[in-house]
Amino acid sequence: MNFLPFTQKPLVSAAIGWIITLISVWAFTTLVLLAAGAPPSNAYYHIFLGAFGSWVKFGHSVKTWIPLTLCACGLLYTFRIGLWNIGIEGQMIMGAVFATGVLRLGAGAENEILFLWLSFPAGLIGGALWAVIAGFLKTKCGVNEIFAGLGLNFVAQGFILWLIFGPWKQPGVASMSGTETFPPALWLPQAFLLNVPPVGILLTIVALCITAYMLGCTRIGLNLKAIGNNAAASVLFGLHPGRYMLLAMIFAGGLAGLAGTIQVAAVYHRLIPSISSGYGYLALLVVMLAGFRTGITPLVSLFFACLNVGSIQLPIVLQLDSSLSGVIQGSLVLSTLGVHAWRKGRAAS
Amino acid sequence: MNELDSAIILSSVVAGAAPIVLAAIGETITEKAGLINLSLDGSILLSAMAAFMVSYQTQSLITGFAAGALTGAAIAAVIAVFSIYLKLSQVAVGFVLTLMTRDLSYFLGNPYSRIHGPQVLPLPIPFLKDIPFIGPVLFQHNITVYGSLVTIGLSWWVLYHTSQGLKLRSVGENPVASYARGIRPHHLQLIYAICGGLMVGLSGAVFSLSAKPGWGRPQGAEGTGWIALALVIFGGWNPVKAAAGAYLFALLQVIGIYFQGWFPSIPAQVFQTAPFPLMIFILVLMFASQQEYVMIRAHDRPWLKSALRFFSSSAPTALGKSFHQQ
Repeated sequence: MNFLPFTQKPLVSAAIGWIITLISVWAFTTLVLLAAGAPPSNAYYHIFLGAFGSWVKFGHSVKTWIPLTLCACGLLYTFRIGLWNIGIEGQMIMGAVFATGVLRLGAGAENEILFLWLSFPAGLIGGALWAVIAGFLKTKCGVNEIFAGLGLNFVAQGFILWLIFGPWKQPGVASMSGTETFPPALWLPQAFLLNVPPVGILLTIVALCITAYMLGCTRIGLNLKAIGNNAAASVLFGLHPGRYMLLAMIFAGGLAGLAGTIQVAAVYHRLIPSISSGYGYLALLVVMLAGFRTGITPLVSLFFACLNVGSIQLPIVLQLDSSLSGVIQGSLVLSTLGVHAWRKGRAAS
Repeated sequence: MNELDSAIILSSVVAGAAPIVLAAIGETITEKAGLINLSLDGSILLSAMAAFMVSYQTQSLITGFAAGALTGAAIAAVIAVFSIYLKLSQVAVGFVLTLMTRDLSYFLGNPYSRIHGPQVLPLPIPFLKDIPFIGPVLFQHNITVYGSLVTIGLSWWVLYHTSQGLKLRSVGENPVASYARGIRPHHLQLIYAICGGLMVGLSGAVFSLSAKPGWGRPQGAEGTGWIALALVIFGGWNPVKAAAGAYLFALLQVIGIYFQGWFPSIPAQVFQTAPFPLMIFILVLMFASQQEYVMIRAHDRPWLKSALRFFSSSAPTALGKSFHQQ
C-alpha cells in the first residue's frame, strides 16, 4: 500500500487524510440514501436547510450544542485518565431529575427565581452523585466502568419512568409526555433572536475555559494525564489513581448534570422520559472525533448539533427516518479513526 | 402454582432466551480469542432489520437468516480489521459501531416498520413433545429455539474438546506463546471474530423472524446486546455458564411481566431494568471472590468456598490487547 504519499510532509499528509475521510463518509452516506430509495442531494440540502434555514432553526442547533458540549467537556476529564465514562447518559438524566425536584419545590413558592438558580447546583450534585457510584464500583469493587455506567444508565432511565408514572405524575392521568409543565417564572430566560438561553451559553463557555485551564495548566490535569498514560508508573510516583479517577468522574458527572438541568429548565420546562436525548452517548463520539482536544471539542459538537437538528427535516419533507444524522456522525468518527491510525502506521514504518 | 403454570413459564423462558443465548455465546467465542466486540447492541438491531427486510422481499426465511448472519459477521469483521491491522482501540471502534449500526437499522428499516412479514412456524418434535412437563418446556418450540439449545453443547465441545478450540483459547490467553508454537494469532482472531459475529447476526435474525416478529422503532431487541455482553462476564467466559445467565435473565423478564400484573400503575420498562443492578451486583461478587481477605475467611467455611468457586473466573489474559506480530 504505497500509493499514498502519507509520509512526505505532515501538512500535505493531513490534508490527504481529511480528503479521504470526507470522501469515504460522503460515499457511504450516499450509498445508504440510495439504498433507502431517497435522492441524496435533496436529503443533504434539507439537512442543511434544517440547520441553517432560519435564525430559529440555527437557534435549535445552539440549544442542542449546549448540553452536548457540556457533556463532552466532562468526558475530556475521564478520557484524560483513560476511563470510558459511558455512564454519562445516566449522569445527565440524574442531573435532570435532581433539578426537576428543586423546581417542583419552587412551583408556587414566593421567591421562585431562587429555586431556578438552586436547580443548577442540584443538577450538578445529582450528576456527580451518579458518577461517583460508577467511580466507586470501578475503583473499589473492580467493576469495569463501561458496565457499571451502562447498568446505571438503565437504572436511571427506569427511575425517571417510575417518577413520571408514580410520585411526579400529572394531575389526572400519567403519560409518557412527562411531568406537569413548570410555571413560566421557573423557565430559564431566553434571548429574543435565537430563542436560546444566554445563561446556558455562558455556562458552557465558562465550562470550556475551566476545562482547558484545568487540563492544560494545573497539576490535577497533569496528574490525570500521567495516570491515563501509565497507571503503574504513576503509583510509583506517589499518585493515587483511584482518587483521581473519582475526581475525574465527579467533574464529568457534574457537567453532565448541568446539561440535564438546562434540558429541564430551558428546553422542556418539565421532566420527560427521553430527557437526555442520547446526547451523552453522542458526546462520546464528539470527543473521539475531536481527538480528545479541548479546543476542537466545541466546534465538533456544534457540527454534530447542526446535523442532529437538520435531520429532523428528513421525516417531514422526505418521509425518511431522522437517524441519518447518527449514520453520518458514526461513519465520520470511524473513518477519521481509521485514516489517523493508517497514517500513524505509515509514518512509523 | 401448579405444574401446568410452571411448564408454561419455563417454556416461555426457553423460547425468550434463544436469541440472547446465541448472542452471548457468539460474544464469548470472540472474547475467548482476545477480541471485544462491543457493538452487540447495534449489531443485533441491524441484523434483525436485514433479516426481516430480506425475508420480506424474498418471502424466504432461509435467505433472511443468511442476511442477518452475514450482517453480524460484516460488523465483527470491521472491528477485527480496525483493531488487528490498524491497532485501534476495540472499545472505541465497537462503541462507534454500536450507535452507527443502530441508527442505520432505523434509517434503512423505516419503510418496513409495522408490516406483517414471514415468521418461523412452531415445529413440535414428534414423541418427545408428549413427555409430561419436559415436552412442553423443551420440545414444543420452533427451530430457532432448538438451534440455540444445540449451540450451547456444540460451542462447549468445540472450545474445550477440539484442537481448534485449544488454539482459539491459546490465542486469547497468550498470543506470543501461541505465535511461537506456529499459530497465527491475527488470522485466528479475525476468523473467530467473524464466527462470533455470525452468531450475533443470527441472534438478530431470531429476534425479527421469531422471538419478536417484525420490525419497528423500537423493535424490542434494544438493550439485549448490552445484556449479552454482561452475560459473557457473568458466565466467566464459559459458553455454558453464559447460556445459564441468559436463561436467568429471561426468567427475570417473565417474572417482570407477572410483577406488572400486580402493580399496574408502573410501566413495564421499570421492571425491565431490574437485570442491570443485578448484573452489577454479580460483578461485585466476582471481584470480591478473588480478594485475599475473602479467601482467608472461606478457608473453614465449605459453603463459602463453593460459592467462591462458582463466582471466581477470569478474563482471557490478552483480552482487548492487540498483539504486534513481527
